[in-house]
Amino acid sequence: MLYFILLVPLVGGVAAYLFPSNRLRPYFLPLFSGAQLALVLGVVKENSLSAAQGWLFLDPLGKLVLVVISVLFFACLVYAPAYLFKTPEKSNRIFCACLLFLLAILSLVALSRQLELMWVAIEATSLVSAPLIYFNHNNRAIEAAWKFLLICSVGIALALLGTFFLGYSALAGGAPTTLMMDDLVRSAGSLSKPWLHAAFAALLVGYGTKMGLAPLHTWLPDAHSESPAVVSALLSGALLNCAFLAILRVTKILHAAGEGAFADRALLGLGLLSIAFGAVFMARQRDFKRMLAYSSVEHMGILVLGVSMGGIGIFGSFLHLVNNALTKGMLFLVSGNIYGAYHSKSRDDVSGAIRRLPLSGSLFLAGFIAITGSPPFGPFVSEFTILRATFENHRFAVGGIFLFLLMVVFIGMGNTVLAVCQGEPSNEAKATDFHDTFFLTLSPLVLMGIVLLLGLYIPGPLMKLIQGAADDWGGTR
Amino acid sequence: MDGALNYLIILLVLVNFLALGSSQIGIVIRLSAIQGFLLGLMPLFMEGWGEIHIPLLCLAIIAIKGLLIPSLLFKAMRDVKIRREVEPLLGFIPSMLLGALGTVLGLVFSNHLPLLPLHKEFLILPGSFSTILTGFIMLTTRHKAITQVVGFLILENGIFVFALLLLQTMPFLAEIGVLLDLFVCIFVLGIILNHIQKAFSSLDSNKLTSLKD
Repeated sequence: MLYFILLVPLVGGVAAYLFPSNRLRPYFLPLFSGAQLALVLGVVKENSLSAAQGWLFLDPLGKLVLVVISVLFFACLVYAPAYLFKTPEKSNRIFCACLLFLLAILSLVALSRQLELMWVAIEATSLVSAPLIYFNHNNRAIEAAWKFLLICSVGIALALLGTFFLGYSALAGGAPTTLMMDDLVRSAGSLSKPWLHAAFAALLVGYGTKMGLAPLHTWLPDAHSESPAVVSALLSGALLNCAFLAILRVTKILHAAGEGAFADRALLGLGLLSIAFGAVFMARQRDFKRMLAYSSVEHMGILVLGVSMGGIGIFGSFLHLVNNALTKGMLFLVSGNIYGAYHSKSRDDVSGAIRRLPLSGSLFLAGFIAITGSPPFGPFVSEFTILRATFENHRFAVGGIFLFLLMVVFIGMGNTVLAVCQGEPSNEAKATDFHDTFFLTLSPLVLMGIVLLLGLYIPGPLMKLIQGAADDWGGTR
Repeated sequence: MDGALNYLIILLVLVNFLALGSSQIGIVIRLSAIQGFLLGLMPLFMEGWGEIHIPLLCLAIIAIKGLLIPSLLFKAMRDVKIRREVEPLLGFIPSMLLGALGTVLGLVFSNHLPLLPLHKEFLILPGSFSTILTGFIMLTTRHKAITQVVGFLILENGIFVFALLLLQTMPFLAEIGVLLDLFVCIFVLGIILNHIQKAFSSLDSNKLTSLKD
């Protein structure tokens, strides 16, 4: 079963590459990602599935991330054909193939139990996302793709070094030399401590680069702002979460080894720094896609902060992972629509989005209200839970700084979003032939609906999924 | 035999310094090829000829790091017709001094990490750290995209030196990781290099400055 989750998008990618018609090829995207989503939902109820001599397995945490990836991919790939048809003359062969390959590889990250395999998968995500970022084939896209590849390659090289350190910590400590998650957690007590610390530092920096934690996030705003809307949505909702998953796996080993305090301190520091970086750069940001990218940096910081608090913070963080992926995915898709109508990403040129594109403009505004943690949307619940965790841990300073930064983000982001949404659209913008169509607004609308639902009531199965992941991951402390 | 491995590592570190101090891109690429050969020889002295996959691994490393990637880089260099690294962010002499400092730090740092008695007599740890730092220095202070790629290569060479420590207990894994990573990465980077060149008609990553805040 696990093989099929990986194989379906893989085969879809190959088929899309070989398929000759540029006009029909985009329909492969919703088809294969829909099939993959169905398979994933089919295994949600299963416990402890494994395959390939245990190298692949489905643990509660991986399951949560896998579900989020699959849902987000399906939503984005339903949107993708309408997006690609805006430029029918451009070849989408590599683009479609790489999108499906990315889905397969990200699923592999969620499913791998072996840390080396997970590393190979994360490395492969860089390789298939680079052509996606480069889709627009202009100077800015090249620059973004080059930065992305170079910075992420260095990060991933450090993560490899960290993985080796981890292996050597087992060797030096006399533990069984393996990189299987379960075995490492079981024998964590006998891992050599200095090597374990060095391993964590290297892995955190390495995967943190990929996750976009400040100050290692420098590739992220460029890649997110220059790539097509679908890709930005997937990068921020799926790719970053997979890097977060990698960090969580490593942190779990540290906790099992009794070095949790060391790991949590590092996570807390990077988390607050990321939120601060996001807040500072979001204020007065003129490019609204870059603003959303910095919002991703901020929210990655929130995820890490929640986890570092332990207890209820872990649940809050995992819930926020779901909320952020869906809200941010929807915001990026809508920002693609706005860009389509205005041919600009700068708030200097874009105004009156609600008038020009009633549905997309309103969704953009609603998405902003949701992502900044206002009720009645999902992120409010999760951010509030994380805030509660800081106070329950008597980390009042941390909670205070967190709250203050959230406020700064709200004001800074609101500034740009209101400028984009309100007012009167310019004459050039009125003249473009872009309009909200059914398929360009369906996915954002559904995602927004889910985010609203999550703010009011978390459905039982999802609750069980998140609670299961939080219990399983936090159980070692 | 142990002595031989240490000599190889010392040679590797010397090559690092030469690479930091050289302005000719062709020479820097050649130096990275020499490092590839040195790395290819190292597993032999680590492990002996006991296992069949060790000589194969050595051949693969020499073929990829010593021959294939340098020839790809040379091709890229010819295509874009640049020969020299001009005005790096940090001059060649300061980079060498920084590299020397890195080597000292590597020695200090490696004293804090406990090695198995079996590995104590090797210079693997300081050699690895100083090579990784050399790669970092080249990555961050050079303007030309090709030199940055070479910097990344040197960084990976440093990581590979560390992987020698795991060769006996975790065969294959360490090796596959490094080789696969290098192979594909440089390939894609090479393609991008081509595109940068077409779009900007130069290979100066310094010109990639339109995206900022």
